[in-house]
Amino acid sequence: MENGINTYVNKVGHSYKTRLRGINKYGLMLAFISICLVLSFITPRFLTIQNLMIIVTQVSINALLAFGVTFVIITGGIDLSIGSMVAVAGVVAATFAHPDTYPVVVPVAIGLLAGLLFGAFNGLVITRSKVPPFIVTLGTMTIGRGLALILSKGRPVSNLSDSFNFIGGGKILGVPTLIIILIVAFFICSVILHKTVIGRYMYAVGGNEQAARASGIQLSTVKMIVYTLCGGLAALAGILLTSRITTGQPNAGTGFELDAIAAAIIGGTSTSGGTGTMTGTLIGALLIGVISNGLDLLNVTSYYQQVVMGTIIIGAVVLDSVNRPGTE
Amino acid sequence: MPLEPNNILEVRGLTKTFSGVKALNNVQLSLRKGEVHALMGENGAGKSTFMKILMGLLTPDSGQINFDGYPFKVGSVHDVLKSGISMIHQEILAVPELTVAQNIFLGRETNGRLFDWLNDRHLEKQARELLEQMRVSIRPDARMKELSVAEMQMVEIAKAISNQAKVIIMDEPTSALAATEVTTLFGIIRELTRKGVAIIYISHRMDEIFALADTITVLRDGNYIGTKPAADLDEAALITMMVGRELDTLFPESESQQGEEVLSVNNLSSKGKFSNINFVVHAGEVLGMAGLMGVGRTEIARAIFGLDRIHAGTVCIKGKPTAITSPQEAIQAGIGYVSEDRKQVGLIPGLSVQYNMTLASLSNYTSGLLIGSRKESEAATTMMADLRIKATGPSQKVVYLSGGNQQKVVIGKVLLASPSLIILDEPTRGIDVGAKAEIYKLIARLKAAGIAIVLISSELPELLGLSDRVLVLSKGKQTALLSKDEATQETIMRYAMQP
Repeated sequence: MENGINTYVNKVGHSYKTRLRGINKYGLMLAFISICLVLSFITPRFLTIQNLMIIVTQVSINALLAFGVTFVIITGGIDLSIGSMVAVAGVVAATFAHPDTYPVVVPVAIGLLAGLLFGAFNGLVITRSKVPPFIVTLGTMTIGRGLALILSKGRPVSNLSDSFNFIGGGKILGVPTLIIILIVAFFICSVILHKTVIGRYMYAVGGNEQAARASGIQLSTVKMIVYTLCGGLAALAGILLTSRITTGQPNAGTGFELDAIAAAIIGGTSTSGGTGTMTGTLIGALLIGVISNGLDLLNVTSYYQQVVMGTIIIGAVVLDSVNRPGTE
Repeated sequence: MPLEPNNILEVRGLTKTFSGVKALNNVQLSLRKGEVHALMGENGAGKSTFMKILMGLLTPDSGQINFDGYPFKVGSVHDVLKSGISMIHQEILAVPELTVAQNIFLGRETNGRLFDWLNDRHLEKQARELLEQMRVSIRPDARMKELSVAEMQMVEIAKAISNQAKVIIMDEPTSALAATEVTTLFGIIRELTRKGVAIIYISHRMDEIFALADTITVLRDGNYIGTKPAADLDEAALITMMVGRELDTLFPESESQQGEEVLSVNNLSSKGKFSNINFVVHAGEVLGMAGLMGVGRTEIARAIFGLDRIHAGTVCIKGKPTAITSPQEAIQAGIGYVSEDRKQVGLIPGLSVQYNMTLASLSNYTSGLLIGSRKESEAATTMMADLRIKATGPSQKVVYLSGGNQQKVVIGKVLLASPSLIILDEPTRGIDVGAKAEIYKLIARLKAAGIAIVLISSELPELLGLSDRVLVLSKGKQTALLSKDEATQETIMRYAMQP
């Protein structure tokens, strides 16, 4: 009986929400393109190959972190420790990257391994205990920072091999390696999220955990994979950053988690789980990059930039909350 | 309307329609001061709609309510409480972190002045007096979450009394109480009625009704059936009033064609939920599971499906003992479960019809590491057509479908995992009559296709119309396993209420 009412409400709500959803789906792309257009009119320096490459290069580290955290947020979780993982993986990789010691594969592999293990540890604590991911990763964020300082004895690890420095700082056929790695990572992450069983399960777990479980999905397996994946991507970002700045900094990546989460949210990933796309996150990261680059070019001080960025994040979430299905 | 001087509440011609379906049709009630008036009816008879109207939660389409000699304008819950009608809800509505005293006086601490100082000491003193008056020993400064369900129930009653209620509605107040607590509650009720408070008492327990009630009013399918003094009725006469309707042609005829044994359950027990459950289901058979709400039917289903733990007993699938500890294993063993709670356990609202339907069988559509989009959408589209799911397409989100279509999506999901046994838990709850008939036809088709079905339902006509045998439960125990010939509404009700 009451169901009749619900159906009615749904119908009414439908047209209104469909309209807003339509705005949101293409709106992000539209907002991105129009901001780029406006900037290219205001300042001629914006729309040059060189400047665009700078933007994408600057964005790439944040985008990689955002891809990882998108997986996590889609399952209804959160990972605050990615910034610390950047430092841990960076320091670990740098330790093995001094000239004439190991081939370049070794520091990369060990750095990645460190991130994967760190992520797996997050997943393990989250699935074994009933502690919410926010608290667990808040803890491991601090643990990770401590580990980075311990491993580096609090000092930057410098004097790295040229081949290591090439990974994040070099160019192939004039294209910065960071951009190439970003494109490859984006492609792989998109396929994982949208084309594989585990990707589908991420949406299911975040959309309705109980229903996912009743459909035969092992929640703990999905969560373990998601946090491990996020750790792996954070480690990749850490290795690339270390290579780019040619130093393993124990203080690197501080606050990066917030930028990555912001990119995912601006890109339409709902913090309540169950929705989000890799394309959205990529555009979210690019949008952040374009706006801060534009504001730089317009000589707006970084103080104001932060106010603008914060406003954009809230705006994106407001749009998301009007958008969320099932909020009658 | 002539008003009896002793009547505190007079309801006449109350009608409420939900999108064309009459939930209440011309319902009446006369409540005398100081009486316990039992309101009886099956699930879905309209009792809760009626009470929700009285409490100001719903607005009636038509009808008159006179309260305490004056026409009663149904307004907000706040106004209703102030005028002296209180309700003790089946699910307790209390703030767990606040104290007993704070809960009792919640919303009335300072006569509505929001910035007055709170005096907890004073509230606690008042609460202590109140509780002593009721002869219950609950500390007024204890936090609500520290109390047992029975104690919380008592606090709710204290709240109603402190509200100077003239009418208290009690909806299944004993469902969570132990025998001694029930005695205490009855003592309090008798004390209240001596002071002239009228009680509307809703319960499925016959013994309580006959021990307490002065008058009994029966509703059936939203219609007023009659009001009689409790002394003029016996259990059998009351049950006939409650269920006395004919089975209609909603249910397709189907021959029982029992095949091999698919599921057998032996001495299945789960602490505090159910014990010693034994039954067998065969291919092409529908086993009905009857009983009042909360007697353990859903818990049995969840345990068989691996959602909850089993503490003792065995489950055999096609004769083989099978230990099922997760839904994943249950699905692999060929069990499908359509939960009573479509929204919480059945569906992922933000995902499409297709994604919901293929979720339990996703590995069937993969090629290599990736999901084969074509294979997946073919499976979903075929199932949608087969179940006549009305949606704009396989990519529509399920949150926008009607209740009946959502239910079909859940059934479709279960079917795509090709089960040999399906447990349907209240498959027609909250869906309209037309969609119900379609679900019934579907059940008959599944049965004809040789699938074993366990059907849990609170609607007796549905259970009788579809089941080949009926298992009856009462308070977590199996009280009867009736053949189709033995199963009637009366026998089922009798066994379901067996203590």
